[in-house]
Amino acid sequence: MANDTAENGPRPPRGYAPLAGVPDEMVAADGTVRPSWTRLAGLLATEGPQEIESRRARAEQYLRDSGVFYRQYGAGSSDERPWPLSPVPVLVDAADWETLIPGLVQRADLLEALMADLYGENRLVAQGHLPPGLVAANPEWLRPMVGIRPASGHFLHFLAFEIGRGPDGTWWVLADRTQAPSGAGYALENRVATSRAFSELYAEMNVHRLAGFFRDFRDSLLAPGRDGDGRVLLLTPGPLNETYYEHAYIARYMGLTLVQGEDLTVADGKLHLRTVAGPAPVDALWRRLDSGYADPVELDPASQIGTPGLVSALRAGGLVMINALGSGVLETRALMAFLPRLAPVLLGADLRLPNIATWWLGGAAERAAVLADPAARMLSPALATGLPFDNPAGAHLAQGQDATAGLARRLEAEGHALVAQEVVRLSTTPTLIDGRLEPRPMTLRVFLARVDGRWQAMPGGFARIGASRDPAAIAMQRGGSTADVWVLGGRPGDNVTLMPAATGTYRRAAERTLPARAADNLFWLGRYVERTETAVRILRAAHVRLAESGAAARPLLQAVEPLHGFYGIETSRGIPPGLLDTLAAAVATAGRVRDLFSTDAWSALADIARTARQMATRVTPGDDAARALSALLRKLAGVSGLVHENMYRSQGWRFLTIGRQQERAMGMAAILAILADPRLPAGALDMAVELGDSVMTHRRRFAVATGPATVIDLLGLDGDNPRSIRHQVDGLAEQIARLPAAEDRGRPRAPLRAIMRIQVDLATQTPEGLTSGELWSLRSRIAGLSDRLTEAYFS
Amino acid sequence: MRYRLHLEIRYSFGHVAAGGRQLLRVLPALVPGRQQVAQCRLATTPVPLEERRFRDFFGTEAIEIVLPGGLTDLLVEMTAEVARTEAVPAPDISAPPEAMAAELAAVASLAPDSPYHFLSPSPRVPEVPQIAQFAREAAAGAATLAEAVARLGQALNRTIAFDPRATEVDTPIAQAFRLRRGVCQDMAQIMISGLRSQGIPAAYVAGYLRTRPPPGRPRLVGADAMHAWVRAWCGHAAGWIDYDPTNACRVNGDHVEVGFGRDYGDVAPVTGSLRLEGGQSGSHSVDIAEI
Repeated sequence: MANDTAENGPRPPRGYAPLAGVPDEMVAADGTVRPSWTRLAGLLATEGPQEIESRRARAEQYLRDSGVFYRQYGAGSSDERPWPLSPVPVLVDAADWETLIPGLVQRADLLEALMADLYGENRLVAQGHLPPGLVAANPEWLRPMVGIRPASGHFLHFLAFEIGRGPDGTWWVLADRTQAPSGAGYALENRVATSRAFSELYAEMNVHRLAGFFRDFRDSLLAPGRDGDGRVLLLTPGPLNETYYEHAYIARYMGLTLVQGEDLTVADGKLHLRTVAGPAPVDALWRRLDSGYADPVELDPASQIGTPGLVSALRAGGLVMINALGSGVLETRALMAFLPRLAPVLLGADLRLPNIATWWLGGAAERAAVLADPAARMLSPALATGLPFDNPAGAHLAQGQDATAGLARRLEAEGHALVAQEVVRLSTTPTLIDGRLEPRPMTLRVFLARVDGRWQAMPGGFARIGASRDPAAIAMQRGGSTADVWVLGGRPGDNVTLMPAATGTYRRAAERTLPARAADNLFWLGRYVERTETAVRILRAAHVRLAESGAAARPLLQAVEPLHGFYGIETSRGIPPGLLDTLAAAVATAGRVRDLFSTDAWSALADIARTARQMATRVTPGDDAARALSALLRKLAGVSGLVHENMYRSQGWRFLTIGRQQERAMGMAAILAILADPRLPAGALDMAVELGDSVMTHRRRFAVATGPATVIDLLGLDGDNPRSIRHQVDGLAEQIARLPAAEDRGRPRAPLRAIMRIQVDLATQTPEGLTSGELWSLRSRIAGLSDRLTEAYFS
Repeated sequence: MRYRLHLEIRYSFGHVAAGGRQLLRVLPALVPGRQQVAQCRLATTPVPLEERRFRDFFGTEAIEIVLPGGLTDLLVEMTAEVARTEAVPAPDISAPPEAMAAELAAVASLAPDSPYHFLSPSPRVPEVPQIAQFAREAAAGAATLAEAVARLGQALNRTIAFDPRATEVDTPIAQAFRLRRGVCQDMAQIMISGLRSQGIPAAYVAGYLRTRPPPGRPRLVGADAMHAWVRAWCGHAAGWIDYDPTNACRVNGDHVEVGFGRDYGDVAPVTGSLRLEGGQSGSHSVDIAEI
């Protein structure tokens, strides 16, 4: 056993053996642990499987609580999957990092120069440095963008590089991510989760912190000349995108407004955001949307998620795009064959950091080189833009005489459309597999951002770890995992946060104007959550009576069936599908505004939906259901508490609250209209009071028998009862009056006018006058507020 | 030859349509030595909120308009005077087909007229094996590239019947080829696919065609049409050759050019949210009078 024959230097934890002939991040070729890993290796060596498991569990707990997920696509479907984190970080020592970063910075400059040429004068093609066909045939080279100069003076502002360590221990670039690089937000989440798993090490090891990178990039985006009033936007393809979670996370973390294409509009050559207070000009757009989708008028006409006129706004100047539209062309795999030769031409220097050996097979010499050693090459389409490991077409070349002859013919015919790349053997890093440390191949994603014109690297990154020993299994979509990257050598106590620096005069920033679509979603979120709560109360009241009275409860339950119909629920099952549907709608709506919604509230809501789905499989009608529903009700109260007690009284909170109040008012109107009917069996009024959560109050206020008038008074007209219609209507009037432009030159606009009329009518109503018919009419007037709000604020 | 060109494009919406952003590519091009334009006017009803012009990548003049909401009808009218030089028949100096690779290798350009833009499949002109096979058979034995172009154009003209009811603006070329029916747009795009399959760079040209009435019949106002044809690159010496597969002829003084691109999508007369789709109707009429 290796660690029994300990010589000099620390040995790896028991049972950890690097693969033969492959460098390992933790263990050097001589079998000793590398210096930067000694503390982590020492810790892992002393701990048993249970202790290591509890570290893993701490990391997972964090990720679960934060709702970190990514979307996995299957045949015709997509699911949200838990984020696959390997809790053991990849450690990179300061010296290694400091040699790597200048190479990446140089590469970023090279890509910028190449982009400027491809969308400018095209001298590289004219001078014979690049084959014209490679550019002209490239679907990522967007002709409408040729000749449009970037407003900031730069095409590229945020890049990622996928790098790996080769057999000789040096770093190689495997792919350039220039279109709309993802992963920086996941790297932040990995950091928090991993620092929970190894909190003692993280505190002691002087790991470089990540927040400064994001702070500097944000400050650079919000640079002087822009007033920071929501004018820097993060553009996402939407909630169905694989990495939408990350878009919302970064928007929340950096304080940027998250928008979709439909939120934007172009007028007079200027991009605007549609907000609840009208169009607001936009200065900069950080897009996580692929270029082609950005504008259906001048780019892909089939795009449903773009903004008509965006290219026109760029042509007019004045809009900073991060990165410039068309930057996806730089991800073309065949370009890697040319970058080493382009560096001297464009930068006057050789590449400091090599990229994976690549041959564009449009040339005879390159074809011959590949045929000489086909087993060591991977073949893929020249214009592919995916990562080498994500592309199933990147298969090893066939071996044997016949195969080689066939290959020669294929290369001759299609060579211009193919590239060959070296089959790389990546270094391995320790990862936890079934409680044991195992070496697995890994790649790193490193991020560069342009800060005040200069490239700055995120001191850390995002490691992808293969699912098996085969380096081709690194893609997350095929079961790989990710890990945090700790760059060592940070200054002790270097705890940067995104809070503003304490220099200069403190100034409270004006609230950023809410995008109209976000307001719409928050309004509906308020409605769905409240609707769920009302449905749960109605169901619980029914199941309690079934449990207590059995068949005797039937006449009353039959009488309230119209109410069940309203909420799409029935009592034949403990947790009916209609309730799950409403909850799912709430979760989906919350998912569209994750950037505006607190993480805890989101987790609590997702937890309720999960719990309800589980309950639906086993809960039976009667007592069992009544208990389960009570449990759901308590959880719902938790969500409401998180939202209403903790959320800043922003415009967003206001729309959420308006939705909740409207739904609650409508619910109570329906409950009273149905249950306060004197023809109903005994117990209907008690049920109404119970649904209004007002049993104690009613008893205290009315020391007489329950009658329709007392119930209607308490649940309909008593403004001090937080469950009454009157209370909701007063609240709606108050909140709607505080919406942007609630009045126009002193006159209330439609939403305010509508609620004020309802308020006056209700204030002058008597319990006797609020008949069933009046209640239905009141309910439909309150329901009509939705349309008034939509016209005024959501469209 | 001098023409007075008049174009009317009308849309009627079955409902009140939201406004939107459109690109119009309908103005006759200025082509040195071949086509001069005088007095070109364009008017849109209702009056657009915004209007600006720019040249697209391939040099076509595009008019960007933003229309107000509440549209029920839209009218675009264009009037121009065009002087068109009749093409003089020239000897065939195009390269032999087998020389194409060498001819292309001598080009290092991404200028709008570089043949490299027109070699690969484009959004509306994909590779279609049946068209490739048809093209291979039609062009077999051609001594020059110009001859290969003409042979393919003639073969398509014999094979595909002109039928405005068989296809629509978005009908895939594979379907039009299977139907053996279509209009000038289908003919041109099928021919482009065939030429590219044989390694011959081919562009789509949009324009207008002056039609001549049958002998003894009067000229009908408005019976002329928007038209499309093919521009094939036949090597360095011959350059680009325009061929009209709908009429099985080289392009002549009856053809008035608007612009060219990889396929219809690059030079469509109207792009934007008001493309002809369900729930609306549109028509265009062209009148070309010799002056």
